[in-house]
Amino acid sequence: MTTTETNPLRVSNGRGESGAQPVRFTFDGRSYTGQVGDTLASALLANGVRVVGRSLKSHRPRGILSAGFEEPNALVQLGSGAYAEPNALATRVEIYPGLEASSVNRWPSLSFDAFAGFGLLSRFMPAGFYYKTFLGSRTLWDRVYEPILRRMAGFGRAPTAADPDDYDQRHLHCDVLVVGGGLAGLAAARAACDSGAKVALIEDQPGLAAQPIGARTKDWVDEIIKVVREKATVLTRTTVFGTYDGGFAAALERVSDHVAPSSRAGGRQRVWLIRAKQTVLATGAIERPLVFSNNDRPGVILAGAAHTYLDRHGVLVGRKIVAFTNNDETYAAAIALKKAGADIVALVDVRPKLIGGLVASAKKEGIRVLAGHAVVDVEGRRAVRGVTIAGLGGGASERLSCDALIMSGGWSSAVHLFSQRGGKLAFDPRAAGFVPAPKPGDPLCAGALAGESGDAAVITSGHAAGAKAAAALGKTAPPPPWGLPEDPQRGATHPFWRVPVAPDAERKCYIDFQNDSTLADISLTVREGFTHPEHVKRYTLTGFGTDQGKTGNINALGNIAERVGVDIGDLAPTTFRPPFLPVTFGALAGRDKGALLDPVRITALHDWHVNAGAEFEDVGQWKRPWYYPRGNESLDEAVARECRAVREGVGILDASTLGKIEVIGPDAATLLNRVYTNAWSKLGVGRSRYGLMCHEDGMLFDDGTTTRLAETRFLMTTTTGNAAAVLDWLEEWLQTEWPELKVYCTSVTDHWATVALAGPRARDVLAQLAPDVALDNESFPFMSYKEASVAGIDARIFRISFTGELSYEINVPWHHAQHLWNAAKAAGAAHGITPYGTETMHVLRAEKGYPIIGQDTDGTVTPLDLGMGWAVSKKKDFLGKRSLARLDTARADRKQFVGLRTKNPADVIPEGAQIVSAASVGQIKLPQAEPVPMEGHVTSSYFSTALGHSIALALVRNGFARTGETVYAVADGKPIAAEIGSTVFYDPDGTRRDG
Amino acid sequence: MLLINCPHCGPRDETEFHVGGEAHIARPKKPEDLTDAQWADYLFMRKNTKGWFAERWVHAAGCRRWFNVERHTVTHEIRRIYPMGDAPSDDIA
Repeated sequence: MTTTETNPLRVSNGRGESGAQPVRFTFDGRSYTGQVGDTLASALLANGVRVVGRSLKSHRPRGILSAGFEEPNALVQLGSGAYAEPNALATRVEIYPGLEASSVNRWPSLSFDAFAGFGLLSRFMPAGFYYKTFLGSRTLWDRVYEPILRRMAGFGRAPTAADPDDYDQRHLHCDVLVVGGGLAGLAAARAACDSGAKVALIEDQPGLAAQPIGARTKDWVDEIIKVVREKATVLTRTTVFGTYDGGFAAALERVSDHVAPSSRAGGRQRVWLIRAKQTVLATGAIERPLVFSNNDRPGVILAGAAHTYLDRHGVLVGRKIVAFTNNDETYAAAIALKKAGADIVALVDVRPKLIGGLVASAKKEGIRVLAGHAVVDVEGRRAVRGVTIAGLGGGASERLSCDALIMSGGWSSAVHLFSQRGGKLAFDPRAAGFVPAPKPGDPLCAGALAGESGDAAVITSGHAAGAKAAAALGKTAPPPPWGLPEDPQRGATHPFWRVPVAPDAERKCYIDFQNDSTLADISLTVREGFTHPEHVKRYTLTGFGTDQGKTGNINALGNIAERVGVDIGDLAPTTFRPPFLPVTFGALAGRDKGALLDPVRITALHDWHVNAGAEFEDVGQWKRPWYYPRGNESLDEAVARECRAVREGVGILDASTLGKIEVIGPDAATLLNRVYTNAWSKLGVGRSRYGLMCHEDGMLFDDGTTTRLAETRFLMTTTTGNAAAVLDWLEEWLQTEWPELKVYCTSVTDHWATVALAGPRARDVLAQLAPDVALDNESFPFMSYKEASVAGIDARIFRISFTGELSYEINVPWHHAQHLWNAAKAAGAAHGITPYGTETMHVLRAEKGYPIIGQDTDGTVTPLDLGMGWAVSKKKDFLGKRSLARLDTARADRKQFVGLRTKNPADVIPEGAQIVSAASVGQIKLPQAEPVPMEGHVTSSYFSTALGHSIALALVRNGFARTGETVYAVADGKPIAAEIGSTVFYDPDGTRRDG
Repeated sequence: MLLINCPHCGPRDETEFHVGGEAHIARPKKPEDLTDAQWADYLFMRKNTKGWFAERWVHAAGCRRWFNVERHTVTHEIRRIYPMGDAPSDDIA
């Protein structure tokens, strides 16, 4: 036995390499030494550190309770700045040189906690405290309660900068997924491997078979690990956090969390997305605390955890230890601790009659075993100094001096992953806990999860589950290639939910350590009538928090059952949902961040726009030039200049992002007839028509111009953001409802680049580019189409207009776009041809009253609401037509599309402003106005350079009948007077467009 | 996450698909002859089945073909995948 100078409680290297390397780290600013392979918890225990945090509500000093993911107390803050990580579990953090950790939930320091006084007040913070106290004064909440509670309850601090680490996601497909690399999982994996199945084994800990194992099993473990590592995909430091339908599971691999951030390579964490034909869960069991007075004192620790710290890290949790239990496992722990040099003062067992090999072995080791006894109180506020024990049948109590108390209230199967898949649980008296009750199709369960105990029983159940998984795949696993000695005879675990205490001591009997829920809280909750476990959970907070009640839930259930007077087996544990453990957002995002978050689509002319200094706006995934500032021009100045150029000379626009779909086939016109509100059969070849598309509910969904290229071939255009949705819509109807139509639809959006020339000089420019084409109004009228050579390229020319000016949209194959653009720029130079962006386009179309679907409409607007009855066929049926006659869509006082002219021409109404009537506006008293009737809202609003005043488009209740009425658009508390009128502000006769 | 056996591409993750709601709701031949209530029934009303349910799916991030699926709404088991236009199993009314 050795005791190092710096680690007074380290008695061996545990499973570490001989002469394990020392590792320096800091905790709360103090420097400590641990060794390679230590967790932060094992290193702190080795150094004799007892207090690692304060409890949430009463700020009692708390120590390490467990050795794994169930830890409720030892939450720590790691690192700083961008690398800060809150809520790490000291029991899972692997130390590395230079690790900086600090305790959380204490202020200002761990040794002096300003809120510890709340411990005295905790009797005034009972269950339901939050619900009862914080109703009432809003001011008190804002100024007093919340700031204090935030500081009191703060579990750690968030990073102060963007996460600098890389994360990954990978897919894994296998025949059999085995979750858990303990004895059962290893046996299951071996059976499945031997059957020829493709197996993946996933283990949370850094190594396989991480739990303490008996000496008789050691050779078996060494052999099977070798075989399984050879035959299966084995992932360690990997936690399955969710199981889902169809054999899907998600796991988080801690790739380099165990090394310093500066040395991390290959990313920090990796999410595995696993699809398995069969799943074997061998997730083990979680030890329960016992419930007695002051069971939360630092130095009171789970017996299995004490065994683990010794076995894995060579660390004793104390020198003079009392053990308190209701089951046989604790005997193995006590024997191991005694052999390692600890003094086992007494082994206190609530069971009146003790049988079996482990009890006999303990007695043979000279351990004082007390049957039918219990620990009734613990001394020592910041570290255990002693305990009081008493016989459960009465009799004198006895004080025992000790520096640690190891306890075990039995084992709760780690059913989380099984429950997530909807698996039902049943109470197993043999294990005194809930175990999976699998139905066909549920994951297979093995080992301690299935309620087994003893190495041989666990291994046998693991092999059987692996063989069953293989059989379900039509494979045969050979019998186990090993013979194991039988487990010693064992005594059953005795269900024991609390040590009897006087009522006023119940508030010191902790059930949920993280939420400070006590026996008193459960008693009160049941007295107040909340008897369902889900209600008790919410009223007492038992089962919430970062640990989700992994240690406390079953004890809570047992005590609810006792108080309500039912059998615990009649109560259902609260539902478990993914994730099993907290998962970082970074890992879930993986590579989908920054530039890779979403694809960016750019047009063939993008580089030109960038070089021209364009500002861009995102339209769906597209980058579109927003405006092209010259010198120090502001947005407004640039847009005014661009608008003038189009209205007075000629502008050039990259319109390539407009959705383009070719609709081809003998029934193409029939399809258009059914999806557009207007008629298409009679549209001549070479002619274009504007169309509106509705969903079956009659609400507008998209609009655009469609051109008949040939008898059976149309080119449909859609709004930029809706191109994919429109194609999906057409496909859905063609495939599901109208399969008889001979027509197919092809997206050609990125095949054709589109350059629009708009303005009175557009014809002059095009004439130079396409000298062979007759461009006069008779030969090439508005809403018509020609195929011709433009700047030497075979092109499609559409005479359509979204600006209200004479306008041509020229389509050329994508890679010719730059050539066409350059040629047009050169040809238009004499006319001052000006590139314009989407902002100018929006102003120009608004001057004409052209709506933008999705800006001026919102999914509650019909074509009739837009005043576009002229585009709605009375004769034929189309999608959504019947809905236009429904009572609600046909009523007169719907919101209708109108223009607004502000009384003050310079007022530009903010888009989205609500509209109120003249009668209402006088009633608005700011800042807290009583509600007045809302008459509508402004959908588009700009200053029109061409007109010299502001213009707005709006949806106003019964708007068509209110022409000439003055209404008020209210924004930022300021009412702006405006008159309702036509949506067409500019060139109402269309002579500029059609001439 | 469901594993859906696309009839054209083979088994794929649910994330590649979009669900299209209850199957076998035919669009009325003459909508104009329907009362508002009848039209609303077609437009809005859907079954809320506990058990086997026929629904439409499309392999949106794959072949973009629509098909019908019989799925159990409690267990999420998929027992049948069949083309548009084919009748559902007898126990799905």
